[in-house]
Amino acid sequence: MRLTLKIWRQQTRSASGKFVTYSVDNVNSDMSMLECLDVLNEQLIENGDDPVAFEHDCREGICGSCGFMINGIAHGPLPATTVCQLTMRHFRDGQELVLEPWRAKAFPLIKDLVVDRRSFDRIIAAGGYISVSTGSAPDGNAILVPKESADRAMDAAACIGCGACVAACPNASAALFTGAKIAHLGILPQGKPERDIRAIRMVTQMNAEGFGGCTNIGECIGVCPKEIPLEVIAAMNRDYFRGSWRERDNVVTTLRPFTEWSTGSKLKVDPHSGN
Amino acid sequence: MQLDARIPSGPIEAAWDKARFNMKLVNPANKRKHSIIVVGSGLAGASAAATLGELGYRVSCFCFQDSPRRAHSIAAQGGINAAKNYQNDGDSIYRLFYDTVKGGDFRSREANVYRLAQISVNIIDQCVAQGVPFAREYGGTLTNRSFGGAQVSRTFYARGQTGQQLLLGAYQALERQVQAGTVTMYPRTEMLDLIVIDDHARGIVTRNLVTGEIDTHLADAVILGTGGYGNVYYLSTNAKGSNVTAIWRAHKKGALFANPCFTQIHPTCIPVSGDYQSKLTLMSESLRNDGRIWVPRKKGDKRAPDEIPEEDRDYYLERRYPSFGNLVPRDVASRNAKYVCDEGRGVGETGLGVYLDFADAIQRLGRKAIEDRYGNLFEMYQRITDEDPYKVPMRIYPAIHYTMGGLWVDYYLMSTIPGLFVVGEANFSDHGANRLGASALMQGLSDGYFIVPYTVGDYLATNKLERVDESHFEIRNAVACVEQTVQKLLSIKGRRTVDSFHRELGKIVWEYCGMSRTAQGLENAIQQIRQLRDEYWQNVNVPGSGEDFNQSLEKAGRVADFFELAELMCIDALERNESCGGHFREEYQTAEGEAQRDDDNYSYVAAWGYRGYGNPPDLVKEPLDFEYVHPAQRSYK
Repeated sequence: MRLTLKIWRQQTRSASGKFVTYSVDNVNSDMSMLECLDVLNEQLIENGDDPVAFEHDCREGICGSCGFMINGIAHGPLPATTVCQLTMRHFRDGQELVLEPWRAKAFPLIKDLVVDRRSFDRIIAAGGYISVSTGSAPDGNAILVPKESADRAMDAAACIGCGACVAACPNASAALFTGAKIAHLGILPQGKPERDIRAIRMVTQMNAEGFGGCTNIGECIGVCPKEIPLEVIAAMNRDYFRGSWRERDNVVTTLRPFTEWSTGSKLKVDPHSGN
Repeated sequence: MQLDARIPSGPIEAAWDKARFNMKLVNPANKRKHSIIVVGSGLAGASAAATLGELGYRVSCFCFQDSPRRAHSIAAQGGINAAKNYQNDGDSIYRLFYDTVKGGDFRSREANVYRLAQISVNIIDQCVAQGVPFAREYGGTLTNRSFGGAQVSRTFYARGQTGQQLLLGAYQALERQVQAGTVTMYPRTEMLDLIVIDDHARGIVTRNLVTGEIDTHLADAVILGTGGYGNVYYLSTNAKGSNVTAIWRAHKKGALFANPCFTQIHPTCIPVSGDYQSKLTLMSESLRNDGRIWVPRKKGDKRAPDEIPEEDRDYYLERRYPSFGNLVPRDVASRNAKYVCDEGRGVGETGLGVYLDFADAIQRLGRKAIEDRYGNLFEMYQRITDEDPYKVPMRIYPAIHYTMGGLWVDYYLMSTIPGLFVVGEANFSDHGANRLGASALMQGLSDGYFIVPYTVGDYLATNKLERVDESHFEIRNAVACVEQTVQKLLSIKGRRTVDSFHRELGKIVWEYCGMSRTAQGLENAIQQIRQLRDEYWQNVNVPGSGEDFNQSLEKAGRVADFFELAELMCIDALERNESCGGHFREEYQTAEGEAQRDDDNYSYVAAWGYRGYGNPPDLVKEPLDFEYVHPAQRSYK
């Protein structure tokens, strides 16, 4: 089949970008969206043009590297699917596809369809873990976890950190991503001791990064390739609220999130702003 | 050169305790004075970086992906083994040790494997404490399953995403240290050379993949956890970015490369559908429990599978291996699929596929039972192929998915370059000629959490390292070399893309150094690889410049290294005149067509030294002794 791809091309973060239209003639319906871009790139290189930059690695929907908008939908039209697993048989011969990068202030563009998602790493670094150093763990069966809790924690932990939730949200909120980690760890008994402080730190960092606030629209769950449930945002809000009530004096007023590790500059923010 | 694996003397059960006691410690107050580089952020790299940070060292961790959480460990599905014996079914450290040595077809080092089995129990404890959501029983205890033909249930799992959950655990521990200031993370940064000063590893040269800047990073020790080299075959189940560059460039700086020809092929992957194909997808091996594998009896039978009557079908595994049938080990199943396809009896458009048929199982157990067992796998298959495996038999074909070979390391996981440590799939250590299911995750975490943090400390405490600065001629040399290679690749501006070369290289290696190998084929392959490599350096077209985000340039450097590795793999396979594990030489098989080991002549690790391109590499042998597990021939008839 034959497709028209209208792709956002932008050389660097500071350059101005534009849509460029390409025609790909030899599209096989078994190809993935990324293989279709491979074919286009081979053509471009052979013609002496600059290939389209896009992020990818595992190509089986688990690493979270890939992702862009297809006709305005993050990861394209098929539910619960990343672009690397989206086969071309879901499109019609002759169709035009508009490909754009994730657009969000907290995901600065690097090139073409590639954006910088280090803000996600910084949200995790702010508190998305259980503080247990190597060697200090009790026997695995010393901590009993009800099956139902383990299953619910796993539902939330399935997040691949691709950023589709942010891209789909009209506010560019990272609530689904942040909530998924807060819910995963907060549900488990191992995560209880740090439950309050974790939510405060992660939410504060999320706000400092420039993600928008959540207004419960739910676009995020419509595009999430791992179908993370909306409840994780409720869990985040509850833990944040509970935490800021209990920990107000000790921690909240002293938090100073980092925003740019690479440059070493630290931005001071009011932890009560947003949310 | 003589290889000393530094295996502690005395009984194997006490070896690791003894080694740990004999290690020198770094004074806690001095740890922050030592800097350590970790390259790679998968299970081995992330767990090592996090643990060393917790101990108080100054750690720099590098990965080529945009985030450490993307490393390919994330794609592991099945599970992780541990000798916990929670199921009370007779498992023990000794049994896991025994199974792993035997499964590796007697080409691994006993003491390393014993330590791996010992540490396996600590790994589970650590991961549970981190909040890894392992599957549970209703009473709240951990649940297990039997995996890869093991007779005990020792595999822990988190749905079909065990690798993901273990990696996220390690990643979170790593990010905790980033926040604490002990670890500095360098994402989108690729190691392009190792800096060796006075015969010690002292740093790396990197390229920033966004700005193109070439930088040097100096340290007191370097740890490589950069994964396997399965992408030398172009099509594999590895992530597209997985590459050999870090360990290959360390090899060129003096680290010996061990058993490069030991690669593992997984029998149940979704077949190639066309030339555009960029990677292969693994389907869980458990499918062989209920599916029956067959091909048409006659060559070139193009009828649809449901039109082929029973008498025109060949259930070749059941026919050749009546007692194991469809459940023969990975290497046997893979090889037989290749044979029937070579005979022209393969199925699907490309003829490279065999049927895995569930019709009998559905009739016997009902559709519901099959749905319960394999529902998610069937859905994944349908998503990719657009065929409904409840109605049409699946098509499967083998694919490369793990490499047992890697840089040679001693018992302390140190390579032949002092101060250069290698962890996880990047080293050659524990799996011999064949890896058992659910053992890769175990080894990565064992190396990273529990071994290398001790052994690096011992190295730092016993070696007095001179201060070096960036003006040292070895450093300037290494940087100049890297810059030269980058410029060379960019300046060729030939007529073929990097991918087209990579694809062609992959076909050669797959054909001659894949599932089954012959001396003649390997010699032929070496010639073809050299020719193609020569053409590469004349005719590759790498667009763009070195000063920005240039994915073609990244690939070009990696493929250049794959060429050299491919040649060494063939040389190694040619030298090893026996069949063992994943290495099957057609000349060496039993009357029944099974792998025939030659323990008298080949019971050693083949470690190769680099002597410049075009010169034959040096072979150094590390003899293997089996004091505890006695070599025996496998049989599945």
